[in-house]
Amino acid sequence: MKRFIGFVKKEFYHIFRDRRSLFILFGMPIAQILLFGFAITNEINNVDIAILDHSKDATTKEIINKISASKYFSIKQMVERESDIASVFQKGHVKAVLNFEKDFSKNLIKDHKATIQIITDATDPNTANTISNFVNAILQQYQKQLNKDITIVYQIVPETRMVYNPELKSVYMFVPGVMTIILMLVSAMMTSISITREKELGTMEILLVSPLKPFQVIIGKVFPYIFLSIINAVVIVVLSIFIFKMPVQGSLFLLALESILFIISALALGILISTISATQQTAMMISLMGLMLPVILLSGFIFPISSMPIPLQVISNIIPAKWFIIIIKGIMLKGVGIQFIWKETLILLGMTIFFIGLSVKKYKIRLE
Amino acid sequence: MSNNNVIQVDGLTKMFGDFTAVNAITFNVEKGEIFGFLGANGAGKTTAMKMLIGISKPTSGSATVAGFDVFTHAEDIKKNIGYMSQKFALYDDLTVKENITFFGGIYGLSRARIKEKSKALIEELGLESVANNLVGSLPLGWKQKISFSVALLHDPKIVFLDEPTGGVDPITRRQFWEMIYKAADQGTTIFVTTHYMDEAEYCDRVSIMVNGKIEALDTPKKLKEQFKAANMNDVFLKLARG
Repeated sequence: MKRFIGFVKKEFYHIFRDRRSLFILFGMPIAQILLFGFAITNEINNVDIAILDHSKDATTKEIINKISASKYFSIKQMVERESDIASVFQKGHVKAVLNFEKDFSKNLIKDHKATIQIITDATDPNTANTISNFVNAILQQYQKQLNKDITIVYQIVPETRMVYNPELKSVYMFVPGVMTIILMLVSAMMTSISITREKELGTMEILLVSPLKPFQVIIGKVFPYIFLSIINAVVIVVLSIFIFKMPVQGSLFLLALESILFIISALALGILISTISATQQTAMMISLMGLMLPVILLSGFIFPISSMPIPLQVISNIIPAKWFIIIIKGIMLKGVGIQFIWKETLILLGMTIFFIGLSVKKYKIRLE
Repeated sequence: MSNNNVIQVDGLTKMFGDFTAVNAITFNVEKGEIFGFLGANGAGKTTAMKMLIGISKPTSGSATVAGFDVFTHAEDIKKNIGYMSQKFALYDDLTVKENITFFGGIYGLSRARIKEKSKALIEELGLESVANNLVGSLPLGWKQKISFSVALLHDPKIVFLDEPTGGVDPITRRQFWEMIYKAADQGTTIFVTTHYMDEAEYCDRVSIMVNGKIEALDTPKKLKEQFKAANMNDVFLKLARG
């Protein structure tokens, strides 16, 4: 035990004396969570649009007022001619142009039908889609207002309710993802780098010649990172509760246990990486390419797994992060207990045991 | 079998697939002896040494180190030997004192013993002024001396030195050999690999490995007579060229 404490103490010296690892450990999580929370967002807010109003009558004015009154749009400029639309888009100032036809009001009264064209800049398809939906919604509302005195005989009224994230805040989606990335990064990359560093410096050899058993060396090396990863997880959860007002609906205790399980699986991956790489650079590259990319692309963090091609959906199953994201989304957003996520937990546990077994075996082979 | 032998090796062999890295080597090392283990790069001396210090399992043959069998009691061997690698592996981001404390700790020395040892060591090497400096800031020669002292920290019966003088200037090398003599005088057995042939002259006995086999083993003086050579360098060249 005394040997173990001495070992862990030494490991903390390494971490706290290296500015780079300190930054990765504590700067990155905070920077990432703030970045994802504030800057990178799917919501639209105050999108600049332009208006081309051919009729300039009471109705179009009313519609324009409604649009500019919503928090989603701000009217950046008025366009006078059809031919100017292209140049407005090319300048990139606006994301959409609303084109009211000539005699809008007159047509509406006479023919009961008037046309408005919504032209969106689809270089960013998601935003374009959202803008068009939002404009449509505003128009429909206005239409309802016009028709309020008339009874329509057959009417289907869709009533949409968004559960678990009623305000559709994208930070709710990012927090579990960022937490997964950070824990993966800290646990797997940092441990694999710190173990390969000992190999590179030749100190690993000295440790192996010492009476310390190989598993003691490994546990001594990963223990500080378990500790630091848990701190990171706590920081992320606290930040998301207090800055982004993201509620944690489920049990914090369960969240902690599941996080520790995921941390251990990531650590085992880190050890595995360290057994196959001879230098710190290799370890870093393998961690980044082999772990980070799949976590970002295939875990369902950003891109929904159900809309991936079948082969990728199959591959996504072997990524521990996918299961962890399902688990923590369940706990944080839906407030579910273990009875709803035991299957995912079991899969994650199985993977963890497999990774530990494999890295122990690999580690032994290397010693021969 | 003399009780004075702290290392006994008989027909020790290591194969990697079809390749025989160490081919049935046999030798003994006596207590307090400075035993030079020579050979060109790739002759198998590092592999042989790794088997003796318990981090590589031999394919066949037998060997005991400090009275323990390398096949069955590698863990006991580890407690009784010291090891210094050619990289003088200390932690650059730890201070001299922290390094001593750490390595003392992993060999299970008590806190009081570490304190006492580390004070003695720092005084002996004249490191008082840099004891709290990071090891990374010290010159190579100092690292080498600290590394050697750290290998002796737990009073091992045998200390294994793997090319301990690589990259160090001749004066520092000379001083380093004085440290080796001192340790040997106090009864520590020294097992040293080197490719500096002048250093071979400082050893009590040397063995020369060529292609996995020990081709010569005797005192430097007798080897020079046997091969009719003026110095160890010539002995080595004659052997290595077949």
